[in-house]
Amino acid sequence: MSTTAAPPQVAEPEEPHDVRDERLGKNARLAAVLRRPEVGAMVAALIVFLYFAFSTEAFARPSGASTWIYTSSSFAIMAVAVALLMIGGEFDLSAGAMTGFTGLITGILMTHYHWNVWVSIFASLVAALAVGFLNGVLVMKTGLPSFIVTLGTFFVLRGVDLAVVKQIIHQVSVVNFQDVPGYDAGAKVFGSYVKLDLGWLPWVKVPSTGFLTLYAATFWAIVVVLVATWILQRTHSGNWIFAVGGAQQSARQVGVPVFRTKVGLFMTTAFAGWIVGMLNLFKTTTAQSTTGVGQEFVYIICAVVGGCLLTGGYGSAVGAAFGALIYGMVGQGIVYAGWDSDWLYAFLGVMLLGAVLVNNWVKTRAEQMR
Amino acid sequence: MSTTTENRSGAPTLPSPGSSIIEVEDIGKTFGSVLALQGVTTTVNAGEVTCVLGDNGAGKSTFIKILAGAHAHSQGRFVVDGQERHFASPRDALALGIATVYQDLAVVPLMPVWRNFFLGAELTKGFGPLRRLDAAKMKRITKTELAAMGIDLRDVEQPIGTLSGGERQCVAIARAVYFGARVLILDEPTAALGVRQSGVVLKYVAAARDRGLGVIFITHNPHHAYPVGDRFMLLRRGRSMGNFPKAELALDELVQMMAGGSELEALSHELSRELPDSEVARALEDEVAETMGVADPNDPVDRGVS
Repeated sequence: MSTTAAPPQVAEPEEPHDVRDERLGKNARLAAVLRRPEVGAMVAALIVFLYFAFSTEAFARPSGASTWIYTSSSFAIMAVAVALLMIGGEFDLSAGAMTGFTGLITGILMTHYHWNVWVSIFASLVAALAVGFLNGVLVMKTGLPSFIVTLGTFFVLRGVDLAVVKQIIHQVSVVNFQDVPGYDAGAKVFGSYVKLDLGWLPWVKVPSTGFLTLYAATFWAIVVVLVATWILQRTHSGNWIFAVGGAQQSARQVGVPVFRTKVGLFMTTAFAGWIVGMLNLFKTTTAQSTTGVGQEFVYIICAVVGGCLLTGGYGSAVGAAFGALIYGMVGQGIVYAGWDSDWLYAFLGVMLLGAVLVNNWVKTRAEQMR
Repeated sequence: MSTTTENRSGAPTLPSPGSSIIEVEDIGKTFGSVLALQGVTTTVNAGEVTCVLGDNGAGKSTFIKILAGAHAHSQGRFVVDGQERHFASPRDALALGIATVYQDLAVVPLMPVWRNFFLGAELTKGFGPLRRLDAAKMKRITKTELAAMGIDLRDVEQPIGTLSGGERQCVAIARAVYFGARVLILDEPTAALGVRQSGVVLKYVAAARDRGLGVIFITHNPHHAYPVGDRFMLLRRGRSMGNFPKAELALDELVQMMAGGSELEALSHELSRELPDSEVARALEDEVAETMGVADPNDPVDRGVS
């Protein structure tokens, strides 16, 4: 073989199609788009939206939509991080409790110890990353399933949230947080909102319901989705995340730093927990010991609905965000429709099972497609 | 052949064909008091295929682990490029351009072919937070490198799990070649494949050889080894049974040595005494007849891959 004897190639002008093969039909690109993991969640989100928009008055009104957009946004931040972790082949059951844990740390430092707002926010970030690091190191060093390790962390956090908080402030929640000096500064980043006048929309009949309130959470969520998608699709770290989740042994053999990648993923979920913890704290001006408990499974469901395989190695950040959007829309839509809000759980269960079946089918097809 | 002028990450400087890259002399390995391997001598030349043959437990994997740097040898001389070496880790072997393609191939089934090809050694462009994968370049290189090995893929974007076993094997080989392998160790690449797929892989083994690489082909199937091999080293029970250039060894002899002719014969006799007319005994007799080289000419057994 000769690398030198290659004939001087005719300068081909920026060939963007050079890797496409003529045997790929015109529809190949469309088929490739439809095979993306997030497509199912997008379609489902559209159906859910249309259903509640036409069956209830309040759902599509800007004032009504503000509520579910907020819920969806804060769930999306967590779901995207959990999706990255799941693509990397692991779970984090402590993710829900983490949102309460970080909120309490910042809340108590500010109300009880009168720390500076930024220092308090930074302190809870450090604590969150430390827990995430510990999760990752424990999973990697012991070889135990992350399900078990993070279940342990979950109970520890839950216990700490209750016991330590009660000992310090003699109650289980931080209250009157908005009166603390420095609150306003922090609220600019985590608790502010913009109001858009959408009164001109044809279906808005009462002008006072024409205002769409977008909270900081929505902007954070958009940034998180964009960054996560960038990392997954366009960086070598993203390549490694898919690889460690898809075939850890193989990844190790070709030199992927498995330990670093997985520990980084656990720290990412903890980081997301910190963002949501701050958003909750500054928007609701309270932090409770029970905040986030029980939501860890919702994040996983959102990620699965968004196309993540439970077995790892496949999924998308955008999909997880759409999973969260479905969750937020259904949660609020049920209220607007006047149903018992506990139906939400039954819906979640059905959605999870349906999504898992679809994902498995897609995976099998992806592996057999020729 | 349209090799790109793309700078290959570890552009191997291949010695001229026929000159030796690896020489092992009387090499051996003990694990505590267990003799796993002893007295193995062979050479690997550039542009040639050295076949390592042996049944299960013959010491094949110990031998390749020594070459790949996973185990250090306990006796004998291990010479690479004329210099004696003692590998402490697979990294040492890789640094000298000795790459191993293991049976599980180290691929991630759900990831696209091109992402698999560059996994762990991704090409990037840009700096700082904008440092990103150079996807277009990686796809192009993947396609040309595979084409150079004679694999024509429709779409490097398809998950590697959708390729056939033989094709996956070839992607793994092409990857090792691209990343600077001068010696390619193939661990039973045809073991799990059917006749046709095995033929495909053998073709790529030959392609790698023709590119000037030294190839070590581990197998227990003499019919796969013979067509591509230039040199045959037989292992049984951790001992070398000899190291033959192709000119000194006919396929029949190779098969016979592999099967351990006399042992098989004894077993067949014993069985026919215990279970006269049993099917097993008859099958064994046939096998003995075949490996001893007196098979009837109508024997339909596949005598090798064309």
